[in-house]
Amino acid sequence: MPLDATLRGIRQVGDRTLRIVERVGATVAFLGLTLAQSATSFRRFGLVIREIFYAGVQSLIIILVSGLFVGMVLGLQGHETLQNYGSEQSVGVLVALSLVRELGPVVSALLFASRAGSAITAEIGLMKATEQLSAMEMMAVSPISRVVAPRFWGGVFSMPVLAMLFSAMGIVGGFLVAVVVIGVDDGAFWSQMQAAVDFRHDIVNGIIKSVVFGIAVSAIATFEGYEAPPTAEGVSGATTRTVVSSSLAILALDLVMTAFMLKGWN
Amino acid sequence: MTNLVEISDLNFGYNDRLVLKGINLTVPKGSLVAIMGLSGCGKTTLLRLIGGQLRAREGSVRVAGQELNHISQRDLYALRRRLGMLFQFGALFTDLSVYDNVAFQMREHTTLPESVIRDLTLMKLNAVGLRGVQSLMPSELSGGMARRVALARATALDPELILYDEPFAGLDPISLGVIGQLIRRLNDVLGATSVLVTHDVQESLKIVDYVYFVSEGVIVAQGTPDEIRASTLPFVHQFVWGEVDGPLPFHYPAQAIQNDLGLREG
Amino acid sequence: MERSTLNLWVGIFVLLGFFSFLMLAFKVGNLTAGGSGTTYSVVAHFDNIGQLKERAPVRSAGVLVGRVRSVLFDPVHYNAEVTLAIDSQYQFPKDTSASVLTSGILGEQYIGLDAGGDDKMLKNGDEIKLTQGAMVLERLIGQFLFSKAQEGGTSKDGADKGGKK
Repeated sequence: MPLDATLRGIRQVGDRTLRIVERVGATVAFLGLTLAQSATSFRRFGLVIREIFYAGVQSLIIILVSGLFVGMVLGLQGHETLQNYGSEQSVGVLVALSLVRELGPVVSALLFASRAGSAITAEIGLMKATEQLSAMEMMAVSPISRVVAPRFWGGVFSMPVLAMLFSAMGIVGGFLVAVVVIGVDDGAFWSQMQAAVDFRHDIVNGIIKSVVFGIAVSAIATFEGYEAPPTAEGVSGATTRTVVSSSLAILALDLVMTAFMLKGWN
Repeated sequence: MTNLVEISDLNFGYNDRLVLKGINLTVPKGSLVAIMGLSGCGKTTLLRLIGGQLRAREGSVRVAGQELNHISQRDLYALRRRLGMLFQFGALFTDLSVYDNVAFQMREHTTLPESVIRDLTLMKLNAVGLRGVQSLMPSELSGGMARRVALARATALDPELILYDEPFAGLDPISLGVIGQLIRRLNDVLGATSVLVTHDVQESLKIVDYVYFVSEGVIVAQGTPDEIRASTLPFVHQFVWGEVDGPLPFHYPAQAIQNDLGLREG
Repeated sequence: MERSTLNLWVGIFVLLGFFSFLMLAFKVGNLTAGGSGTTYSVVAHFDNIGQLKERAPVRSAGVLVGRVRSVLFDPVHYNAEVTLAIDSQYQFPKDTSASVLTSGILGEQYIGLDAGGDDKMLKNGDEIKLTQGAMVLERLIGQFLFSKAQEGGTSKDGADKGGKK
């Protein structure tokens, strides 16, 4: 029966969609719960500092190295292409704008999701599987305010710092390739960049993006960990879901924010 | 003697499956009561109901005079401060040292100065004989030691009611005896009341005051350890003496083996 | 991990972030140029602005002196009303002229200011009277064909198709 098969197919699409929407809704609700129970995190900021160490400081190496490489590649490719139009001195503009507007926030958020987000999910999931969260609840301590909220805020504070470091490192990489190796004029490289990059519309918007990504990744990572089935497969599945959903969320949010920012929303 | 825990006509189920049926159970103040039964008979569920982690479907669960069925989150947390719970595998916080684990509740719930917390923590650790491991991390402890640290943590705030979930699971005979003696001693020294969920008959019969036998969600037998040992009820007899076959058959219900193997009679 | 080492590392992390922010703001961005923040706006009307967008640079003698704040259609004069935000440190005479120019062949469009000789300077809210709109490729070609046609004096039809500058 082709009609039956078609109907079943459509129903499956509907099922999937509903499940995705439910999941997004549950994540947002969980984010609300986390925000409502964040007072402890700020009263005892040491808890957050600890998480900034695990989420931010431990992501430093991967962010700095990736930033450097991405900047170098941008320098090479940009120079190669711009040469055709005789404007290879604009390579600085190309490197800086791509990094500050898009690649810095987006790539560092993707790296952050797979490096720190998955670690947060695995840690919270394991704490749940080994009944540590139940134990905390039985001690009349809310796991959301004591375990989830500090990790959430640690992620939210780390993300923009990492994104800025990524962009700065990338520009250094572009400089190394374009100016030091290829020999583009040093002054033109920086001056054209400065003329083209606007503080408010490029740099601040990039930072706003990274803050939003930080919120999204941290919320997804803590939610997936907290809701993970308390088994080994459950935790590993949740870790994978964190990376996949975070990456999708980052790219989708980036599209929306870019559209608004170019429209002059700000 | 008043009862600290009173359960009457309790029904509880997950989804459609009824796990506990018509449970009546009392725990007098100062006593050490064991709930015994096979794995999966619902005894851990019963403990979670007493701890307020689950809500009864019908009937009432009263702890220290408070009905848990309709208790608010705030009252529940207030009640839990008077409760201690030892989880199956200790559920120590893996990111905190032994010392910080035991001091956890004091730091969360009291405003005691650090020097007082230090003295109290060391006293609790001394009571379980593990003052020497205070700076180790939980992953560096053996199973028995972890259980003892968890015991120190559960009794950190001198609770009125201590719940034990399978305190003997996976321990060697020496650790098992140590834990058993500690449970009895802590109960008497602290003047606390204890509920012990276990399937380890021999060890628990040595230390408890009263025993409830649960099978398939129903209390099938109860009595003092001596009464249980002398019981002629077939199920209790099989359980206490660990016989392979009895009212609880060795074989899980299945079709005749001849059919499964494709054999025909004759 | 000891509390003090933890704090040290997080401190280093935050400082690194702060320095990269400073680098982005001052070395990469233009927070210094025009970062004083104070600007004054002047209005200019163009018959055609081509591809000029908001935030396009305003240059004089090639130096960045401000940015386009807004581009609107003027329903009274049927032309484009462009508001320029010029850095307060640059003052221009009242008879300065503005034109829409293109940097390079494929480059962005910007406003070029040519200073006049008036004693009075432009103030906030003033209008630049002398303007020249963008070169539009189709019109240039049309003009070219028109002049060619006139040179040859052969054909009269099609001559009107060329627009006027």
